[in-house]
Amino acid sequence: MRLERVPISVLTTRYVPGWWDVLAFLLVFVFFIYAAQAAHGLSGSLAGLEATPISLQPSALVGYSARTALRMLIAMVASLVFTFTYATLAAKSRRAEVILVPLLDFLQSVPILGFSLTLLFFLRLTPGRVAGAEMAAIFLIFTSQAWNMAFSFYHSLRSIPDELVEVARNFQLSPWMRFWRLEVPFGMPALIWNMMMSMSGGWFFVTVSEAITVGNTTITLPGVGSYIMLAIQHKDLAAIGWAILAMLIVIIIFDQLLFRPLVASADWFRLEQESGFTSTHSWALTMMRRSRLLQLVAAAFAALLHAGMKPRMAVASVPRRSSARRTRQLDYLWYALLLLVGLGALWRIAGFVMGAVRLGEIGYVIVLGFITLLRVAVLIALASLIWVPIGVWIGMRPRVANIAQPIAQILAAFPANLLFPIVVSAVVMLKLAPDIWLSPLMILGTQWYILFNVIAGASAIAPDLRYAGENLGVRGWLWWRRVGLPAVFPFYITGAITASGGSWNASIVAEVATWGSQTLTAHGLGAYISQATAAGDFQRIVLGTVVLSLFVVTLNRVFWRPLYARAERKFRIS
Amino acid sequence: MSAPAAALNLAPLLEVRNCCKSFRKPDGDDLVVLENVNLTLRPGEIVGLLGRSGSGKSTLLRAIAGLDEPTGGVVDYLGKPVSGPAPGIAMVFQSFALFPWLTVLENVQLGLEALGVPEPEMRKRSLQAIDLIGLDGFESAYPRELSGGMRQRVGFARALVVHPNLLLMDEPFSALDVLTAETLRNDFLDLWGEGQLPIKAVLLVTHNIEEAVQMCDRMLIFSIHPGRVVSELSVDLPHPRHSEDPRFRALVDRVYVEMTAKPRTEHRAGAKGERFVGTGIGTRLTHVSSNVLQGLLEAVSEPPYNGKADLPVIAQEGRLEVDDLFPAAEALQLLRFVEVERGDIRLTEAGLEFTRLDTDDRKKLFARHLITYVPLAAHVRRVLDERASHAAPRSRFFDELEDYMNEDAAEETLRTIVSWGRYGEVFAYDDHRQVFSLENPA
Repeated sequence: MRLERVPISVLTTRYVPGWWDVLAFLLVFVFFIYAAQAAHGLSGSLAGLEATPISLQPSALVGYSARTALRMLIAMVASLVFTFTYATLAAKSRRAEVILVPLLDFLQSVPILGFSLTLLFFLRLTPGRVAGAEMAAIFLIFTSQAWNMAFSFYHSLRSIPDELVEVARNFQLSPWMRFWRLEVPFGMPALIWNMMMSMSGGWFFVTVSEAITVGNTTITLPGVGSYIMLAIQHKDLAAIGWAILAMLIVIIIFDQLLFRPLVASADWFRLEQESGFTSTHSWALTMMRRSRLLQLVAAAFAALLHAGMKPRMAVASVPRRSSARRTRQLDYLWYALLLLVGLGALWRIAGFVMGAVRLGEIGYVIVLGFITLLRVAVLIALASLIWVPIGVWIGMRPRVANIAQPIAQILAAFPANLLFPIVVSAVVMLKLAPDIWLSPLMILGTQWYILFNVIAGASAIAPDLRYAGENLGVRGWLWWRRVGLPAVFPFYITGAITASGGSWNASIVAEVATWGSQTLTAHGLGAYISQATAAGDFQRIVLGTVVLSLFVVTLNRVFWRPLYARAERKFRIS
Repeated sequence: MSAPAAALNLAPLLEVRNCCKSFRKPDGDDLVVLENVNLTLRPGEIVGLLGRSGSGKSTLLRAIAGLDEPTGGVVDYLGKPVSGPAPGIAMVFQSFALFPWLTVLENVQLGLEALGVPEPEMRKRSLQAIDLIGLDGFESAYPRELSGGMRQRVGFARALVVHPNLLLMDEPFSALDVLTAETLRNDFLDLWGEGQLPIKAVLLVTHNIEEAVQMCDRMLIFSIHPGRVVSELSVDLPHPRHSEDPRFRALVDRVYVEMTAKPRTEHRAGAKGERFVGTGIGTRLTHVSSNVLQGLLEAVSEPPYNGKADLPVIAQEGRLEVDDLFPAAEALQLLRFVEVERGDIRLTEAGLEFTRLDTDDRKKLFARHLITYVPLAAHVRRVLDERASHAAPRSRFFDELEDYMNEDAAEETLRTIVSWGRYGEVFAYDDHRQVFSLENPA
């Protein structure tokens, strides 16, 4: 299974950004400006919010894990709701699509700290502060999960085979019935894979979402993330060990009870009818399918859906379309509205840039962006050199692959903070340059995407192709050049795109590393955003976020898109 | 069985008048896929729409189903214009179009669910339909567990269960192997003949001539580019019809004659290509591999045909579908290796010579004909000769072609010219860089 998590800007057919991209960019920009200004106004009144005391007792971890897991689940449900509405709207409405899709692209590239601006909004929203803080934490997790899920579903909706759509129309399924009978099942396999990856993303930023500091407002919510943060502050290695163990257990429980059953049932939804049965087994799914109780629950759910599948109204041939002229007029109206909104946003941004940011600062942030870019590029290259050969080797051996895949998946979920003790101690002790030696933290979680995809690619090499190679005596370097590398190339590109995008976002936790009282900082855009957040400097948060997001989107368009298109064209066998 | 004479007295179920469909080309002109089609369907009839791919017959079917909107003309169902999917019109699809996540029973129930039929009745009717179509025992199976033939049976059951007046079939048997298709067709005809099917009339789209003769009471034969009804034949043979029956064979022959009756206008443009460069390169080409071209030439040259053969006979011998045979014959005609007329294919002098040559000389002869008779090939070669670099990007020719045809047709035409040019070694093409050139790796 190839893990598709390619951003929109890579899949887009256009090379040059169009006006819609500009508008989307303006909207994202202006949203952050508003959030920043609102936060500015609120921060004073909420200053000194007491942090919930966290205990480093291992026994406390049981409760913390449960709370963290619950937050993740709630965020996942929210992401699903978002996916089903946003993506459906984007896929169904031509007018909404033009703006919603580029918007999603920018949102996907915004680092999680950018959204911390909304923290104060949530605190204000609810009188009880803990509830507000919980909502903020869940929202932050949501922002690390939702975008790629929504995009995956949008993509699925757009690629439903014509005949299935025609069947639905021929039999006049109501929109509700069509959604649950056709669209959701069709989008399910891709969506489930994206949910798994989103969950990993959520874990990776668990410390960021639970121990939030914006300026002088600090929130610590009981959970694994806060526990890790405290352990780091106290230089408590044993506690770090316990935290790792707790995370491992929760991840495995999620995997066994949630994702494996989902993946196994997703095989059911796959469209390639010829491919037969795949080998995903899940004891939990078998158990659930055989359990009377769960069958009852499922039946109740089905009945609920069914109730919604109201038969369509008595079919009088309703005129299908309003007149072409009417449609065009509505189009003009809609575009005019968007233009106005865009101009308004531009005006606001101009005011913000003129008022709060010096030109030199922008230049400096862009330079920082290039430093982070250099880091990402070098790391992706290094990770590729290491993981491509290993991935091919593993992928050719199904038994090893079956063991390696889940391990890599779990590793992808481990927060970079957990390696802080080792890295910080090493850098300090050996007097190394943080600018270089903090970098590997960036790729800690994301390198696995390269490995996953290469393994998937290598195991997908057709047996005949391998036999032909063996038969002709193709060996050694020649084999790699002619068989191994070309076969996994498209898979590798997908993995590298994911890894690169993820590394940019990870720079916010990787360029500043703390161990006890020692804090090491590398120069880069991630560190800039982290420091701005810690200092509560809203203008800088906005500036850093927007520049980072621009970097990622531009890179996707200019570098990854052509590569991806070429890989798809050249190496596809059909 | 339906007697067409009796049918005439009944009110038409469906009336299509002057139906047109065209698409806007990038240069603003319209590309016509369907032109002035008229059709009347009465209760009790099975009518076939017969034509090659690109003749717009599927487009017409979709217009009738309300899935696609014609750009001109009217489709009346029971006297009212069709303006969207209508109850009473059900469709069977070439690719079966089953929902893989639903069981056989759930797939069949789908249409009834949409109608809001109460659960017990829905179940009863679905089981009846499943029973009727020979699927009992498979109710809880998923489509992936079934063979192609069984899947299409589900497709039929799903369409029949809603008791439609009109059943539309879009090449329902063409994705099945020959034997399975035969069985399914006969089963369907038996049920239809016994009056067991809850339908009043059938409209069948097919490119299989024998299938049309076997099943239909009437056949409308479509031309391609644009799709137009060129003739209408009634089939008065009693059921069951046997393909060895001489009257059956005679009808099949007639259809071939009708389908090859009009030489396509583009070919004449091709012949004058040198004088009318502008129109010549705009000839739309259908991709046929050089292997198939050689194979057909050899087959016709060999005994018992010795240079002249009946198209239906060749089709049967070579197990070629019309969608393979006609494009191949036309390509050879374009290249002046054969002449096709009145259902016959005859080798020209050059065609005969071709079959006698060895591989290298064949290529040379092919190249000569390609340059002489296919203006686009000549054009590509001329451009490459004139340029100092002897190379030109694909987009250059693609853009030119787009003035004459839509994107898909331009794609296919270019693909064809690349394939033929490579075979004749007239020019080379690098798909990686998307560049035509005169370089040969040799």
